[in-house]
Amino acid sequence: MSAQLAAAATLSAGTSTGEAFQFWVLGTVAVAGALCTVFMRRAVHSALCLAGTMIVLAVFYLANGAYFLGVVQIIVYTGAIMMLFLFVVMLVGVTAADSLKETIKGQRWLALVCGLGFGVLLVAGIGNASLKEFTGLGQANANGNVQGLAALIFTKYVFAFEITGALLITAAVGAMVLTHRERTERAKTQRELSEERVRDGRQLPPLPAPGVYARHNAVDVAGLLPDGTPAELSVMQTLRQRGQIRDVSAESINDLKALEQRSEDRLERSNSGSGKGSNSGEASK
Amino acid sequence: MDNLIALLVAAPLLGAAVLLCGGRRLDAVGHWIGTALAASSFVIGVVLFADMLGKNAEHRTLTQFLYSWIPVGGFQADVAFQLDQLSMTFVLLITGVGSLIHVYSIGYMEHDERRRRFFGYLNLFLAAMLLLVLADNYLLLYVGWEGVGLASYLLIGFWQHKPSAATAAKKAFLVNRVGDMGLSIAIMLMFTTFGTFTFGPVFEAAGGASEGKLTAIALMLLLAACGKSAQVPLQSWLGDAMEGPTPVSALIHAATMVTAGVYLIVRSADIFNAAPDAQLVVTVVGAVTLLFGAIVGCAKDDIKKALAGSTMSQIGYMILAAGLGPIGYVFAIMHLVTHGFFKAGLFLGAGSVMHGMNDEVDMRKYGGLRTYMPITFVTFGLGYLAIIGFPGLSGFFSKDKIIEAAFAKGGTEGWILGGVALLGAAITAFYMTRVMLMTFFGEKRWQPDENGHEPHPHESPKVMTIPMIVLAFGSVFAGGFFSIGDRFLNWLEPVTGHSHGNPPVSALTVTLSTMVVLVIGVAAAYAQYGRRPVPVVAPRGSLLTRAARRDLLQDDFNHVVLVRGGEHLTRSLVYVDHTLVDGVVNGTAASMGGLSGRLRKLQNGYARSYAVSMFGGAAILIAATLLMRAV
Amino acid sequence: MNPVNYLYLAALLFTIGATGVLIRRNAIVVFMCVELMLNACNLAFVTFSRMHGNLDGQVIAFFTMVVAAAEVVVGLAIIVSLFRSRHSASVDDASLMKL
Repeated sequence: MSAQLAAAATLSAGTSTGEAFQFWVLGTVAVAGALCTVFMRRAVHSALCLAGTMIVLAVFYLANGAYFLGVVQIIVYTGAIMMLFLFVVMLVGVTAADSLKETIKGQRWLALVCGLGFGVLLVAGIGNASLKEFTGLGQANANGNVQGLAALIFTKYVFAFEITGALLITAAVGAMVLTHRERTERAKTQRELSEERVRDGRQLPPLPAPGVYARHNAVDVAGLLPDGTPAELSVMQTLRQRGQIRDVSAESINDLKALEQRSEDRLERSNSGSGKGSNSGEASK
Repeated sequence: MDNLIALLVAAPLLGAAVLLCGGRRLDAVGHWIGTALAASSFVIGVVLFADMLGKNAEHRTLTQFLYSWIPVGGFQADVAFQLDQLSMTFVLLITGVGSLIHVYSIGYMEHDERRRRFFGYLNLFLAAMLLLVLADNYLLLYVGWEGVGLASYLLIGFWQHKPSAATAAKKAFLVNRVGDMGLSIAIMLMFTTFGTFTFGPVFEAAGGASEGKLTAIALMLLLAACGKSAQVPLQSWLGDAMEGPTPVSALIHAATMVTAGVYLIVRSADIFNAAPDAQLVVTVVGAVTLLFGAIVGCAKDDIKKALAGSTMSQIGYMILAAGLGPIGYVFAIMHLVTHGFFKAGLFLGAGSVMHGMNDEVDMRKYGGLRTYMPITFVTFGLGYLAIIGFPGLSGFFSKDKIIEAAFAKGGTEGWILGGVALLGAAITAFYMTRVMLMTFFGEKRWQPDENGHEPHPHESPKVMTIPMIVLAFGSVFAGGFFSIGDRFLNWLEPVTGHSHGNPPVSALTVTLSTMVVLVIGVAAAYAQYGRRPVPVVAPRGSLLTRAARRDLLQDDFNHVVLVRGGEHLTRSLVYVDHTLVDGVVNGTAASMGGLSGRLRKLQNGYARSYAVSMFGGAAILIAATLLMRAV
Repeated sequence: MNPVNYLYLAALLFTIGATGVLIRRNAIVVFMCVELMLNACNLAFVTFSRMHGNLDGQVIAFFTMVVAAAEVVVGLAIIVSLFRSRHSASVDDASLMKL
């Protein structure tokens, strides 16, 4: 890695074979990650693929002599922003898989045609431009990349830097405002809540606990009522809304059936060989 | 003297205003006021006439300028009057005969509770007609023309409680409107051609204008004349106009209304002289109407409708004469005047007969009335002799001249027109003899009406008979008085001009042949109606008779060709309007609506759709940039 | 190898990201695709910086990162409150203003 950095420090117009190799391998990874970001059905998978792409990009930044940016990319993007994404994904529901079926008529075709056209045009534009000469960053990075950047940011781009700082503060405040919910009335005491429950006449005793009479006691497994049907009330509201209840009401019956089947098989095998033969014949049918 | 001209119009107009606005207070004296004002107009006319006779022929034209009506830039329309020999003739006829009819109406309308209003309308009629003949430009003439149309509408429909009368009035008005359209178009053409409506400048410029334009103007004037004078093809209103009170019929047929067309053509002589094609059309119209009216007159059992047919025929003579050009103008007017006398007399006589017969109009229910109403018989008989052209009476002189003039037209046209005029004379003799025989001769055929009232024929009161006697004098002597020493010709020639033409046969031959056809006509009628009893119920008759009873199918023709045609035209126009015009308009709206409906779908509310638009737009921008660089 | 290949890679990633924005309904994934596009841009900037031999491109990429961080903060906050009120993170569900 350090050798690579050293090589990159003396970057000039040309590129070494090592960098070419690195580009083709990691470039493939980056494109694959981008495609997976788009086409994975679960948001959490998309986020992970995107994180991979970003790490690859960080490596490319380093290869291009942008050491500071490469590190920032890993720390800020992959470390902070992508984790923020993951938080939100967890909040919304990790297991929820999106349907990839298009609902707006013609949207997918239009998107593909536009994307293809746009890509072709971009590539054509780049190919059209005469980008033969590469100055390289050897000169610019002579006093160190971070120092160079700092010199620019705090002199030439100081206003932009300050305004960006203001933007960040504003964004932080905005996020708080958007997600904050003001309590408009006093929170009810336990007494009031219990009185209310009695007045409404529904569910006087505490809600049933999950997993009762079931083989699991995980929070997402509904407790079973005496007749074997799942009790919705025993699962927390958030999971209920997400539809993440695991229904195990039929499992024990299925288990019982399987058990009976197995015992029957065993009994028959011990009874007679002919019976077994005919049975297997039926099974093969 | 000039200032008196306006009084001619003002007197009856004042009468109309007073009588129509005066209300019930004037019920008792209204008829006297109306008659007095009509008579005063006549007196003024006589005074002016005497004054005119005292001057040379060149200085006889009087003009009176009242005020400038429409002064617009170089264009000037004045309310101004012009009184020359032609107008004078009409003034005397209109006021004279009109006054006599007023007097007669006092008796005839005695029992009608709306008599005051009736006299108001009569005065209005006179005023409008006087305005028509006195105007010195076509625009003012048009005012009088429309006034006559209005007054005739009011009078024909005077008994508006009868649906037939109301319908007849409406019909007369509508048919007249067709003619009025002709006059208004003619006036517009005159304005574009000459830049003025005033008689003098128009007639001076008429010689210089192109013949095509003059022909167009003349034909439009002829259309107007056809409407007012009940000539083919606008003749259908005249027969139905008999629904009005009999004095109205007398007024329309003798003094006002139908004479307006003849006046218009003779007045516009300079225009017609310069448009020979139009003149030919005029003569054809006159000749056709002459026969048409005569044939219709032969078949009608209603005494007034028979007389209406006769009027149509006689006006046809006048139009024919007017179409002959300078050969015939004077005779057209002369016949108009004599016809005014005897036709007024005949109608008043017919009114007198109806008055005595409980308003029965069917001649088959008359018969032998000569002993019951001798004065009516004598005056009606004199009018009858005058109209058939009995030697020495008015009609003889005037009609004979017209037949002569028709022959004098020369060439094949002359022979045809003269022949038609002769044939018309024979038919006239036939149907008038028929009227005479069926009404006053033979045995009495009247029967009790449904209420059991036996009619008691009686002579009319003096207030009705005196006008008839006066008119009978006119019928007998007017023609002779006019013709001896060519008095009428000399009187009117400065205005209308005159030429003798080139008669192919001598005047004596024409007169003799007229006598022959007259005798044939009378004899035929006598053979049919004098020697045999007249059936009370009309026999079925031949095809021609039945057609003639239906006015030679004129109404059927109008219905099939004009009404149906109009209906089809409007229906197809409505169809075009609905499909094409509305289609274009609604189609534009609908296509815009459809387009918007489709465009609206772009606004589907999905952020991703909008993102596609943005993305596509960005792609297009890049493409444009690249293209610009490539170029 | 010519460093211009980095630009081609950036264009490819950008296009993939844009198409993803158009195709996916899940707001979080859409957001990730937007981040992908931003990163592609950053890669291009860094490559340009190397191409021209100065650090301005890297400075712009740095600012882009800051702005992207701010955007993510606000955007995710919006998604969270949206999910709270509608129990869905689909961008198509937020189409109340359609006809």
